[in-house]
Amino acid sequence: MNNVFGNKRAVLVFVGPALLIYTVIMLVPVLWSLGYTLFTGSVITGFEFSGFDNFAKLFSDPKVGEALLFTLKYAVILTVGQVLVGYALSLLYVFWLRKASSLVRTLVFFPIVLPTVAVSLLFQKMFEVAPQNGIVNEFINFFGLPSVDWFGSPDTAFLVLVIMDIWRSMGFYAVLLYAGLLDIPEEVMESARLDGAGGWTLIRRIVIPMSLPVLLSSIIFSINGTLKVFDSVLALTNGGPGSSTTPLTLLMFRTAFSYGDYGYGSTIALLLTVICLLVTVFIFRSSRRDLTKG
Amino acid sequence: MTTTASAPGRPAPVKPGRPLRIRRRMTPRRAGSIALKTLVIGFLLAITVLPLIWLLLGSLKTQTEWLNSPSWALPENFLNFENYQVAWVDGDIGRYILNSALATFPSLALIVVLGVAAGFALEVLVWKGRGGVLLLFLAGIMVPGQMILLPLFSAYFQTHLTGTIWPLILTYTATGLPLTVFMMATYFRAVPREIFEAAAIDGASIYRSFLSIAFPMVRNAVFTVALVQFFFIWNDLLIALTFTSVGDFQTIQVGLLNFTGQFGQVQYGPTFAAICINVVGILVLYLFLNQRVMRGLTAGSVKG
Repeated sequence: MNNVFGNKRAVLVFVGPALLIYTVIMLVPVLWSLGYTLFTGSVITGFEFSGFDNFAKLFSDPKVGEALLFTLKYAVILTVGQVLVGYALSLLYVFWLRKASSLVRTLVFFPIVLPTVAVSLLFQKMFEVAPQNGIVNEFINFFGLPSVDWFGSPDTAFLVLVIMDIWRSMGFYAVLLYAGLLDIPEEVMESARLDGAGGWTLIRRIVIPMSLPVLLSSIIFSINGTLKVFDSVLALTNGGPGSSTTPLTLLMFRTAFSYGDYGYGSTIALLLTVICLLVTVFIFRSSRRDLTKG
Repeated sequence: MTTTASAPGRPAPVKPGRPLRIRRRMTPRRAGSIALKTLVIGFLLAITVLPLIWLLLGSLKTQTEWLNSPSWALPENFLNFENYQVAWVDGDIGRYILNSALATFPSLALIVVLGVAAGFALEVLVWKGRGGVLLLFLAGIMVPGQMILLPLFSAYFQTHLTGTIWPLILTYTATGLPLTVFMMATYFRAVPREIFEAAAIDGASIYRSFLSIAFPMVRNAVFTVALVQFFFIWNDLLIALTFTSVGDFQTIQVGLLNFTGQFGQVQYGPTFAAICINVVGILVLYLFLNQRVMRGLTAGSVKG
């Protein structure tokens, strides 16, 4: 038996090719990218060793500061928004719509599978002001209010971005959390009901504490995804107006490919990776502490 | 006194395991609740579906209609498919879709073959270091694409692969593997070991076990995983944008992004038609496979 399952050659045949491609295309480039942070230049112009200049520049560059701030603001607001709206929807599915929720669930989930570029262009047209009012401004005009130039100021552009991304992802988070809610044993709910807990008390005392693990994994997934936001910003606002909606990912992309500085681009990418890691570890640890306390 | 006076006063027996349900009359409060429910469902469906209907209607309108009537107006001719022709022929949407397919399907095939085999080796076979290798794959789920983009660009440039379809296929395969390997390992964990042991006793080699037993047993899971990866790859912008800036292999997402710029001023109809083509393809897929898509995508996220 051990001859069959411990067959060294079989291990190599099965896991070798995957490991090889994964190592060559992902692991080596990660290390290579770390190496780039000590250089300046690009593959076309050639590289020049610059020591820790990139890191010094990183900490004093106002553009990085602005992008970092935007990334964090976007990640926090969107994570809270996505998970809250998703959770509200999932509660709605489980406790209110019950069996009737299947169609709603399936339909509201749909936007997440749509290409982000297509959704962004659609929202661009919906919120358009010139040369032709989009449907949103027409709607506002209907109530006698003037059209808003949504992409003209940083705050409204950010608002459209948030609305779009919540529209895209709320159904996804609703289904994710719905599965978690279904896992709460019926006996627990029933005994709480017999003890006189109903409506709000039931949700606050039983449902929320019991769905904490799945809420936590949604938060981690959401924050990891939103810190890496790229497609929706690029296609919806292209980082504008000015550079007010430019996240780190887009700044890195521009630094590397528009300005041809791979070294500095890699340094920004490293900053992003470190933030992703820190945030995940932080959430994990703080949640563990809470669990032991409770 | 006690034993005989039973029937009239006693409440009807309740079936065990079923909550006591009293048929309520249609009170105003209950009618209000139903109305509210309908309203909420209607609202949810409206905010999801209306933008898409607006997109579809917009793709049927001519440029004159777009500029001279409000954007909520219905198209004059519901069978005006001219915009689609313009988008497909002049806008090259057909070629972009072909490019996307050329990049997506070979990557998917590679991801599935390599990922399933690796998952099998990591979960069913017994060898030293398999925990470490699984962790190594897991780490890949966390790494942002930006971290590997620049070295890969240099590498493809120096090996003269830039401008071909290969950078896309290779990069998609590698970035798709971590999640696939992890999900497949999870699925193989659910298959009882005794099945493989019985096969081994019957004299099946490990390759035979994999092809005739393991693979057919997780066939459903493989399909789900492939579906999840399909959406990731088909909808990707970052990798496609980086590696197709030169050459003729721009994918549908890159092509769509450049679509408005290509036409100079905004050509509403063709732009809407192009977006619509992109959306409708996914919609058809979703119509048939929605439950599987929902299950797959949520499974892929909790684990990741």
